[in-house]
Amino acid sequence: MTTKRFLILSAIILLPTLLYGSRQRNDGWTPAQIEELRKLSISELEPLAPDPTNRVADDPAAATLGHELFFDARLSANGKVSCASCHQPDRDSQDGTSLAHGVGTTNRRTMPIAGTAFAPFLFWDGRKDSQWAQALGPLESPVEHGGTRAQYAHVVAENYRASYEQVFGPLPDVSRAPAVGGPVKDPSAAAAWSAMPQTDRDAVTKIYANIGKAIAAYERRLQFAPSRFDRYVDTLTATGRAPENVLSDDEVAGLRLFTGKANCTQCHNGPLLTNNEFHNTGVPASPSLPQDRGRIEGAKNVLADEFNCRSRWSDATGAQCSELEFLKPDGPELQRAYKVPSLRGVAERAPYMHAGQFATLSDVLAHYNQAPTAPEGHTGLKPLKLSAQELRQIESFLRALRGGIAAPPEFLRTPVR
Amino acid sequence: MKKQNGTQWLRIGMTLAATIITLSSLTACSHVMTMVHAKVPAASEFGLGPRKSSSGLYTATLQPAESLRPRKLQTQVALKDARGQAVDGAAITIDGGMPQHGHGLPTQPRVTKALGNGAYLIEGVRFNMGGWWEFKLAIAGKTGNDTVTFNLAL
Repeated sequence: MTTKRFLILSAIILLPTLLYGSRQRNDGWTPAQIEELRKLSISELEPLAPDPTNRVADDPAAATLGHELFFDARLSANGKVSCASCHQPDRDSQDGTSLAHGVGTTNRRTMPIAGTAFAPFLFWDGRKDSQWAQALGPLESPVEHGGTRAQYAHVVAENYRASYEQVFGPLPDVSRAPAVGGPVKDPSAAAAWSAMPQTDRDAVTKIYANIGKAIAAYERRLQFAPSRFDRYVDTLTATGRAPENVLSDDEVAGLRLFTGKANCTQCHNGPLLTNNEFHNTGVPASPSLPQDRGRIEGAKNVLADEFNCRSRWSDATGAQCSELEFLKPDGPELQRAYKVPSLRGVAERAPYMHAGQFATLSDVLAHYNQAPTAPEGHTGLKPLKLSAQELRQIESFLRALRGGIAAPPEFLRTPVR
Repeated sequence: MKKQNGTQWLRIGMTLAATIITLSSLTACSHVMTMVHAKVPAASEFGLGPRKSSSGLYTATLQPAESLRPRKLQTQVALKDARGQAVDGAAITIDGGMPQHGHGLPTQPRVTKALGNGAYLIEGVRFNMGGWWEFKLAIAGKTGNDTVTFNLAL
């Protein structure tokens, strides 16, 4: 009884004080808006669910092995390209250039890695459905690492046998496998692969898939750290008051536009500021590149992928592959649709879009403001009619999304061998 | 009881959101109307139902397991005939999209289980953007074929 009376009394005294205070110092956010902002805070990120396709995804020994493989340039045709060549750990796992350069030049912009453990589909067109399957793509791409799985299996057998066996069990025998061989475009490597008995090909592919799984265990540890935006929202949510000196007036104005008039949160929503989906936003085609159809190709490719959730190399049961089960394989909305990237740290990641078509954030915002016709398919954008000042304010806000990467510090450096 | 409360809140939330969409389409976003000629229905047309099919053969009610957010979703649908009797054994196919953006659903949801007593489980639903969505059920049941369209505000 006493406690109850005390609580009622406290409420009577405190409530008007709180209400008065919040009216004064909450930057004009309504309770409903504060609730919407709360959902964008990194503090609201759900715990990472287990990856059923990769039984070593959360094994620390696998992450350590993956860290070493990620930085190992022996996993390339010329001994000079590692994952870290383009996914540079001190640059949010990207390379700051329009098109990635491995042993050749790709047709796409390098994507950052942090937070991708939450993504159901990887790459700009979503042609892979797990981090480990993604990691295997560039390794056999003729313009990225440029090598073959037989070569990589030998690298593991010669240099990583003990740590491999600790994580995955006995290393399959690859002594009979050729130095170079894999289902790749290069005719001699493809011929060497075809000439191998099926059991040898399986032994090599098993090691190859496990290279991907170890790299994925490492990549899962790269997550986004809180930014000034998160500090602002967390205080606002907890106290009903906007903290002082966390966001500038322009940044708050930009946030108001971001969640309001500019419609950014229609797609850039949730704590990672992405819905992890694919949309056609009428981004211009690069004249120097071959036709790029985005998700409409990616959807077909992920269904046919040798390493997808349903594949023999996946650790999942078929029932766990609901992303593939309900995937839309075709349709006009997939045409030139590309992955919605996270906006965390976005100001540090110029140039922008899937082929680095826009050099600066203001170019990106000008594009969204104008909403030009799509080169193919139908753009989901509508002209925003924002003023130059409003665009500048959104840009200011986007710069406040810099929080860096949350990961064990050694994972952001070249491993000590 | 708890579930019913949740549904009620959802209904209130969606009505509010629908009102906001309707209002904003009249003001700040008037360009939307000029770009794609799709008129946002009245706020009263939004919600999880009960909703009558276009020829009045069926009444359907959506019962999502969690609140409608731009994410993956499982939902149940409860189906009744014109006399209010639960309809079992119906074949239901799902379609929909965002009329203002000229695109369909991002996934291919389908009925994965008939739960009995007129209830069906729909899996694979995902609303990947905020705004007005149509969620259409084509129903082939004992009393004939009919479609029901839900308007949802995400």
